[in-house]
Amino acid sequence: MIHFVLLISRQGKVRLTKWYSPYSQKERTKVIRELSGVILSRGPKLCNFVEWRGYKVVYKRYASLYFCMCIDQDDNELEVLEIIHHYVEILDRYFGSVCELDLIFNFHKAYYILDELLIAGELQESSKKTVARLIAAQDSLVESAKEQASSISNIIAQATK
Amino acid sequence: MASPSLMDTLFQRTLDDIIKGLRHQQAGESAFISKVVEEIRREIKSTDLHTKSIALQKLTYLNSIYFIDMSWAAFHAIECISSPNFSHKKVGYLAISMSFNESTSVILLITNQLRKDLKSNNEFEVSLALDCLSRIGTADLCRDLTPEVFTLLSSSKVFVRKKAIGVVLRVFGKYPDAVRVCFKRLVECLDGTDPQIVSAVVGVFCELASKDPRSYLPLAPEFYRILVDSRNNWVLIKVLKIFAKLAPLEPRLAKRVVEPICEHMRRTGAKSLMFECIRTVVTSFTDYESAVKLSVAKIRDFLVDDDPNLKYLGLHALSIIAPNHLWAVLENKEVVIKSLSDDDPNVKLESLRLVVAMVSESNVVEICRVLVNYSLKSDPEFCNEILGSILSKCCQNVYEIIVDFDWYVSLLGEMSRIPHCQKGEEIENQLIDIGMRVKDVRPELVRVGRDLLIDPALLGNSFLHRILSAAAWVCGEYVEFSRKPVELVEALLQPRTSLLPPSIRTVYIQSAFKILIFCLHSYLLQRENIADDMASEMLGLKSQGECSGSSALVAGKAPARQEQDEGFNPRDSNKSYEDLSIINEGDVSALLEKGFTHESIVNLLNLIELALGPLSGSPDVEVQERSKNVLGFVDLIKQEISNGFVSERASKIIDMVHDAFTEELGPVSVNAQEKVPIPDGLMLKESLADLDAICGNVQLPSSISFSMGSPFGESVGASVSIPQSKEESEPSSESTSLLAEHRKRHGLYYLPSEKNETLANDYPPANDPKSSDNTNDDAQDLVKLADKSLLPKRRSNHAKPRPVVVKLDEGDVVPFIAKKSDTRDDLLSDAVRDILLGNVAKTASSQSIISDKSSSKRKGKEKLNVDLPESREILGVEKPDLGNPSSRRSKHRSHGKEKSRKSPEKKNSDEIGDGEKEKQKSRHRHGRHKTKQRAEGPLNVAAQTPVIPDFLL
Repeated sequence: MIHFVLLISRQGKVRLTKWYSPYSQKERTKVIRELSGVILSRGPKLCNFVEWRGYKVVYKRYASLYFCMCIDQDDNELEVLEIIHHYVEILDRYFGSVCELDLIFNFHKAYYILDELLIAGELQESSKKTVARLIAAQDSLVESAKEQASSISNIIAQATK
Repeated sequence: MASPSLMDTLFQRTLDDIIKGLRHQQAGESAFISKVVEEIRREIKSTDLHTKSIALQKLTYLNSIYFIDMSWAAFHAIECISSPNFSHKKVGYLAISMSFNESTSVILLITNQLRKDLKSNNEFEVSLALDCLSRIGTADLCRDLTPEVFTLLSSSKVFVRKKAIGVVLRVFGKYPDAVRVCFKRLVECLDGTDPQIVSAVVGVFCELASKDPRSYLPLAPEFYRILVDSRNNWVLIKVLKIFAKLAPLEPRLAKRVVEPICEHMRRTGAKSLMFECIRTVVTSFTDYESAVKLSVAKIRDFLVDDDPNLKYLGLHALSIIAPNHLWAVLENKEVVIKSLSDDDPNVKLESLRLVVAMVSESNVVEICRVLVNYSLKSDPEFCNEILGSILSKCCQNVYEIIVDFDWYVSLLGEMSRIPHCQKGEEIENQLIDIGMRVKDVRPELVRVGRDLLIDPALLGNSFLHRILSAAAWVCGEYVEFSRKPVELVEALLQPRTSLLPPSIRTVYIQSAFKILIFCLHSYLLQRENIADDMASEMLGLKSQGECSGSSALVAGKAPARQEQDEGFNPRDSNKSYEDLSIINEGDVSALLEKGFTHESIVNLLNLIELALGPLSGSPDVEVQERSKNVLGFVDLIKQEISNGFVSERASKIIDMVHDAFTEELGPVSVNAQEKVPIPDGLMLKESLADLDAICGNVQLPSSISFSMGSPFGESVGASVSIPQSKEESEPSSESTSLLAEHRKRHGLYYLPSEKNETLANDYPPANDPKSSDNTNDDAQDLVKLADKSLLPKRRSNHAKPRPVVVKLDEGDVVPFIAKKSDTRDDLLSDAVRDILLGNVAKTASSQSIISDKSSSKRKGKEKLNVDLPESREILGVEKPDLGNPSSRRSKHRSHGKEKSRKSPEKKNSDEIGDGEKEKQKSRHRHGRHKTKQRAEGPLNVAAQTPVIPDFLL
């Protein structure tokens, strides 16, 4: 299974973290520090796998972002590479040629998309179209809820409470 | 803190504002963050859920990127998810899944909200709740929400169903009893036509089977169908993983599955699926020659590919197959050896493993030479990897592959001198270990040890200290093989030893003491011989002539060695030579050049006194005590041997100490202690039982497979002898006699000593020069060289026979400690077996199973009872379908011709089997109480295996 997903920028800044196995806050910082040290220092023409503390970390660089997923020893590395690519494609489709800034400003959306892709550390949806449809549907739900909440009458009701 | 006002609501900073703000702060980021957190703390208290949710979202952002603590906001997150507004809910759930863990105190408060959302009509709310449960589910939550998850497993919406399936994995893990409720539905999902559902459920089974494959054997037919029918690579990869786990358990299954796997391998263009097929074959189907051949061919494609990923994976696959099919590695040796100089450290590491795997008795010398040369050129990290793998390969199975120990010992010495070497501990252990096990190598060992000790430069490298300690110990213990003991003492006491840590200095001091005793003893022997000589001279002059003859011989032999030895007296030496050769046949050559005069002994004593004098004030207790002991001894001896006369008392003391030191230390099995019978009435565990609780987290340094290494070599050996010398050797004879007595009584635990002694001493001298001529570093030549050396042919030119390596009777295997599997896992597999066996034995005794299994640890019993009728009902419904596997499987009949042939038999056995299964079942049930307690269930297995075959064909 996938133990965690990390997005790290080339400068070592964390852009997204998702943990499917229990890690305490302290461990999380340590993991990120360790891994970004290992991964960012690897040259461009090396393989995309790193053995790390009995696990394997599969990473791939897209523009300035490194997408990393940590898996068990006997998981399929190439499959995980495909999952990463899959995720990037979905992000790309959603944001329209995604860039790092999109993920910075819409970090929660990146999470929601990831949630549609993976559940409990397993791939749950292999169709890009379906994910896109589901995300769009939820977005419209959120929008309508927001509109309702930010209507003038609501604010007045809030103020006079 | 001011209470939140309308102003806060209206002028609240959004997440975007925060992010922009953070991006503009270059230096004062943390100040900005703490300001924002302050704001959030105020805003989050707002009664307006909108304000609250935005505050929570901001906090979630800060938590995920900047790791700001958000556990204090747990309750506010719960408030958000209880909002009817979807966007608030979403923010709340995100915050919860990011920050909650088992120890979050308010976690139980969300149970009801989760239940409500799981039952919601809005599928997206259901999905939020499921996502959240999959992330934070605790045992309590999973127990309480099992019914809802169960309902969702049959939801009409694929979107919800697949998520529910994913969640089941977490639920099973946390609350194994859920298996009794949900498992049937999960199995049904395998039959589904919807690819998404199948994909999700196969993922779950893959994960479950990786923990306990045996329980899922009965489902093999379902997986087989998917393997043959499915064209979805994601699903196929998972199914292959399942079969990789199942196949070793059931040979007939492997036979059926291997062909479809090969088919996939030939057909597929997807590298991921291809690799999974390869991996499955090389891990679990190594007996099927054709499949292995096919996958090795595919591995070859990977190896020559430009993609570094494929190259790495190809090497990885090779290293999996290497233990069983070494030919596959040998076939690809060029690529493997070239990869040793790859840019990618991972690739280098894998190829190193492979090269090491190719090492055998016939080529170990050459390959080690190649590797050591590589290590000289490579970066420190990889250099140590190389050294580490040489060391671990060579010491495998008590140095199984080493024939020429002289070579190996000098290799160890050479490795110690490699600048980046950090394997001090390992080399130390092996030096001592070899010294004790292999008698014939001791002269060479002492030579290597001397070379290390004598080099003052090595003392400056802290990584080498452990090796030096081993060298010091070896030289002290086997000093009789040394050519010049005095030189050793000088090396051990050289001024730069002050760079050593105290623990190793103590070894040095002790070794110097041993050598001193040896010198004194030899000196005494010599004196006796002189005295004897005097007597014999009186008798006749003939022998004198013989002696001078031999003296000429000796002088011719070793003039170079003698020139440094001050006060060397050829006459003494001759005498001792002649007489000793009668007394002590074995060690003649060793004693040959060790003539000691009174003067040289006094010099030695002075030297020791001078060097150890300052240490008697050392702040380290061990160093101080040992040096004091030695100094005391030196003082005593000095008084006694003044004026060239050795008193009776002194010689007695020296004899005794020498006796104590010459007692051979043999290797001791790690299990030796266990073999000592525990006397009746000895309560070992009682008072120490609670010690575990106190120092549970204090990890003792795990003893390596061989207990002799450092602990015995350094401290035990030394501490045994210390008291003797302190009390001026009175007890020394006592202790030796005690030892002898102990040996007599517990002879079983000692090594047979005769075995070593019978060995001839005609072992040819050190260091085969052949081993060192391959110093060519060019990669191309290395390939050629290794090419030559890697040929699997046996080289018959072993010049010398392999010396005896002392082994312990029961082998030096670390005692196998039965790994206690996690009880939770065990509960899970128990539950799964119950369900699956319940199907098989179509006796519909599910009722009795469940009532039987009313194990003590069922907290939510009332709750479960509610579900029980439901599950019972389902079992009943399933019965006709599952109970008759042949009808159900009839649609796959077309795959195997032999199947139809077998089916009548099988039906027969089905019928006959019923009665048996009943019995097995009751046995199984019977054994349950025991297995629960022991958390390990051979009975379960025994009861289960006969049932499986019905499902396989």
